[in-house]
Formats: sequence, C-alpha cells, structure tokens
Amino acid sequence: MRDTSPPALVQVDGLKMYFPIHSGVLRRHTGDVKAVDDVSFSINAGETLGLVGESGCGKSTVGRALLRLYEPTAGRVIIDGEDIAQLSSEALRKKRPTMQMVFQDPQASLNPRMSLSSIIGEPLVEHTPMTAAERQGRIYELMDQVGLNRRFANRFPHEFSGGQRQRIGIARALALNPKFIVCDEPIAALDVSIQAQVVNLLEDLQEKFGLTYLFISHDLSMVRHIADRVAVMYLGRIVELSPRDDLYARPLHPYAEALLSAVNEPDPDRAKTRKRILLKGDLPSPANPPKGCNFCTRCPKVFARCLTEKPDLVHVEYGRQVACHLFDPINTASGSTGGSEDQEHLQHGVTQ
Amino acid sequence: MSKQSTAIPKAQSQFGAVWRQFRVHRGAVFGLVVLGILAGFVIFGPLFWPEVKLKVAEALKVKNQGPSMRFPLGTDQLGRDMMVRMMAAGKVSLAVGFVAMIIAIFVGTSIGVLAGYFKRLDGPLMRLTDLFLSLPLIPLLLVMVMLFRDKVASIMGPELGAFLLIVFAIGITSWMQAARIVRGEVLALKEREYVLAARSIGAPARRVILRHILPNVVSPVMVAATLGVAEAIITESVLSFLGLGFPPDFPTWGRLLFDGLQYLQLYPERVIWPGLAISLTVLSVNYIGDGLRDALDPRTRGR
Repeated sequence: MRDTSPPALVQVDGLKMYFPIHSGVLRRHTGDVKAVDDVSFSINAGETLGLVGESGCGKSTVGRALLRLYEPTAGRVIIDGEDIAQLSSEALRKKRPTMQMVFQDPQASLNPRMSLSSIIGEPLVEHTPMTAAERQGRIYELMDQVGLNRRFANRFPHEFSGGQRQRIGIARALALNPKFIVCDEPIAALDVSIQAQVVNLLEDLQEKFGLTYLFISHDLSMVRHIADRVAVMYLGRIVELSPRDDLYARPLHPYAEALLSAVNEPDPDRAKTRKRILLKGDLPSPANPPKGCNFCTRCPKVFARCLTEKPDLVHVEYGRQVACHLFDPINTASGSTGGSEDQEHLQHGVTQ
Repeated sequence: MSKQSTAIPKAQSQFGAVWRQFRVHRGAVFGLVVLGILAGFVIFGPLFWPEVKLKVAEALKVKNQGPSMRFPLGTDQLGRDMMVRMMAAGKVSLAVGFVAMIIAIFVGTSIGVLAGYFKRLDGPLMRLTDLFLSLPLIPLLLVMVMLFRDKVASIMGPELGAFLLIVFAIGITSWMQAARIVRGEVLALKEREYVLAARSIGAPARRVILRHILPNVVSPVMVAATLGVAEAIITESVLSFLGLGFPPDFPTWGRLLFDGLQYLQLYPERVIWPGLAISLTVLSVNYIGDGLRDALDPRTRGR
C-alpha cells in the first residue's frame, strides 16, 4: 500500500524560523521571536492543505519560509525532490518556477508603476527566452485563464477592483506553470462576494493544471470549502493536522475546538444549541513562549503535565495528528513521518 | 491565440503617455517654456547680440548707465554691457547648476539605494553620509580648489578646468540629502509585497532595484533634484564670491549678483537682473520637476 502512494510534493521537516532580537547598546543577540517553531507536514501533489490560526501565529511566515523568502533557521523544505532550504542562490533561482505565491493584499503585491502585461510578463522575462510577441501571446492566454479581459493588458493596477487585482496576482503566479502555489490569505482583503469568485477560480485552476496549494487563511469556512486537509497553528506550532471533514466534525485539540466553535452557524436552530468556547487571556509572546505546551496558559483542559512538557505532534487516530497530552499516540510502524503518508492515503480515499 | 486578439489596443508608448500627462500640468508647461526661453537667451543670445569691444576711454564714458537702446540692461561700473554679461553668465550658471545636480542625484541615489537595499552596506554607507554631512562645506571646497585648481587647469585649460572642478566639488558635497531620502524610501519599499513577489519569481537584486525600487523613488528624488539645481547655482556664486570659483572676469549669475550688491542703492537693476534669472530658473525647474513627477506616476496620470 505505502509503496504505491505517490511521494509528497512538499515535505517540511522541523521547520524553524526565528527572528533574532537585538537589544542594549551593543545590539547583542538577546533572544528570538519564535515565529515558526518546529513545524512538519507534507502535501501531496494535487492536494490543498489549509493552514489556519489566529493573527500572529506564524501562518504567513511558514508560507514565506517555504519559498525561502525568509532564510529558515532550521529544518528541511523538500519541494519536488530538492531541499529548498539548502539550495544555492542560482539553483534556487532555477527552482523558482516550480513554486509560486499569491499574496494577501492585491493592492500591495502589484507594482503601481507597471502595466498589467508587464506585471504578468515579469516571470516570463526572468525565466524564459521568449520573444516579445510570444510573451504577449502567453500573457493573453494567462489573462483568459483567470478571466481578465484582454483589453486591460495596458492598464495599471490602480484601475482595477480588488478582485481583479487578485486575478492579476494569480495570473502572475501561473505564468511559469508552477506545481506548487502558496496562497497567503488570498481572499482576506476581498469582499465576501468576490472571495467566492477567487476561491472558485483557484479551484478551477487546480483541477485544470493539477496544482498543489498551501492555502493560508483565517477564514475557517473558506478553508472548509477548499482544503483537503487542515493544519491548525497556534503560536508557531501545528497543534492539529487532520483531514478536513474529521476536523470540522470533531476537532480533537482543545485549541482547534475553541477555534472552530467561533465559526458562525448559519442555521438558527443549531446556532441556539451551539456551545461557544471562549478562551481567556492573551496570546503569549512568541519571544517568550510557555515552558510546557504553548497553549497551556489558555487551555480549558490544562493539567500538570502540560505546564512542564511540550507535546509532540503525533498520530492519535488514523490520519489525524494532534499535539496534546490528552491524547495517546497510536502505534504506527514507521513513526510520524511515515504515518503522514498513511493519512494522505486515507484522504485520497475520502476525496475520490 | 484566438480571433479576439485583433480587438486589443496596441500598447501605447510610455513616453507618449508621460508627455500627454506632462502637457496637462499647466505649471510644468510654464516652467518648460520659461526654462526654454532662458536657455535660448544664453545659448543663442550671443549670436544676435555680439559683444562690442570698447576702448578703455570709451568704456569709462559709458559706465554705470541705465537701460538704453544701445545697452538694454545698462552697463556696469567698468562700462561693460550687462546684456552680454548676463548671457555669458547664464551659460555657466545653468551648466553648473544642472551638471552638479546630476552628479549629486546620481551619487546620492546610488548610495541611498545600496544602503537601503543591502543591509550589510547600510551601516558603512550611512556613516560615510554622516561624515560628509559633518564636513564644513566652505573650508572643504576651499581646500579642494586650492589643491586641484592648478593641476586640473593645466590639463583642461583654465575655464573648463575651473568648471569641472567646481561642478565636481559641488556635486560631491551635496549628495547627502538625496542619499538619506532615498535610503528611507527604499527601506520602506523593499518590504512591500510586490518586491517580495519579484523575489519569489526569482528576479536578481539588480533587476528588483531597477524595475521595482527605482521607479518608485522617483518622486522624492525629483523634489531633491529640483531643489539641488537652485542650491548648486547659489553655491557656485558663493565660491566665485570667495575667489575660489571661476576667474574674476568670468561672469556667472551668482557673481553678477554679488558684484551688483555694492551698488544696490544706486543701481538696483544690476542685482535685479541676475536675481530674476536665478529665481526664474529655480522656479521653472521646480515646476518641471513637479509635472514630471505627476506624469511619471500612472496613478495620477489621466486625471
């Protein structure tokens, strides 16, 4: 069974991203902001992994470190067989077409002084030997794919609405036929009506080109719509990684439970019986996380062990990984990394 | 591609769009016209108004005259035609102003971009900037001119030598403001998502700078540049006044201004003409810069 499973397109092992704090007169290195602390997951080809969590939990940092827009402090990021974290800058440049990014703020991610066709054409200029005419042809093709009128080619970003701008950003990401796209909150800055359009566009493109997404969002219902599996982050660590339906039906980690209880329930009858878990206190500083479990300061189910020992992300049920002392690991023959392939199997079984 | 492609408007040239917007800016057009008139006056004026060599006795007779048909701008205390002197002076002053400004902006922008974009260069380059800022300008220029004037003059001839030396000296001592402004802008710009996007595409640093950073620092650079022209003209006149610039018989607007200062109460027009020329130059360059800044920004274009 395991041998027939396709190798994961993206494999992240123990990714750490620390931002150093310098203080004092001599600007000495006095500590680190642990934005991402030991995160591991894998994404299969053609799959969408949702990454959710509250503001400041390190979601975007994971996305950026994955494409090495930040230099990761430690860990391996294997995309399509090569460790991104170790590549030389020239090799990385050659690798860039495989992995692209769609940014959060469509206004800020487009250079206001470049016309639409030069924005979409920029990756082509960088990586292909196309002539100007060929490039223009490819730009029109991309504009058709994301649903932009070809007449807009010579306009500038400020002349477009938010949804159109995000389409431009998506067209730019698609230009080099990538395999893997990090969507860093692509819908957070958009209207609700436009959000659905953009998400549907992303889904259509995934189907058409077999794309793999890391979909970063704080919009839990959108993630439910698009993701196959969902990772929940809290303070730089993944607390639960489960198939979507399992997670939304029965979250295991207390934080995931609390987070999902915040999703609005459209059905008024069910909304009445809905139990809302309110967390007390504030997010601890990632520069000085708690000694034990990162969530122990706010966890409603905290007990003695949580205060002293950090839980690892382990398999607690078939296909579900949770970092919590409340759950006992089940025995998987090959440990947590091998097990992640199991769970993708399961997931494929569910989706197909 | 498909049949649709015939309906797509041809990409209009960047230059055409900029020029169209520039023409809408009334102040900029006014500035361009005034600067054009001034430039025409100093470049082509001598062709229509050649200098008449007078003997010493004749010159003494016509000294300190007011405006007349023979001398439209009057004569100075040595009986020289002010019109001729204004033309010759303008040529030098405008050249010094623009060339020194170009040097200062080029150096300042380069250093600012490098310091802002490359974190490792930031410290050394900005300390260098501070060093230059802390140097007292006049003594520094004095030393530079003293040390190099004769050497440069022996290679290039006294006039071109003096010109190059002054332009270089002014340029090298006035780039610091531009460098600081540009560094600040670049620090903010390089965190913008479109720069991140360019990096995620795999664009090398030089192309990120040329394509994404530089076009977006145009506005502050333009302002610094237009102010720089005025400052360079004034600095040149200060130098000439101190006897460090061009030789005394070599007129510049700044020099005429200072020469006229002693006669201000008797013959105010001798201060007014060069002063007016300097002011008009500065004003028109400012307006042109303003118009260019607006025209280069697609967000304000077409409004």
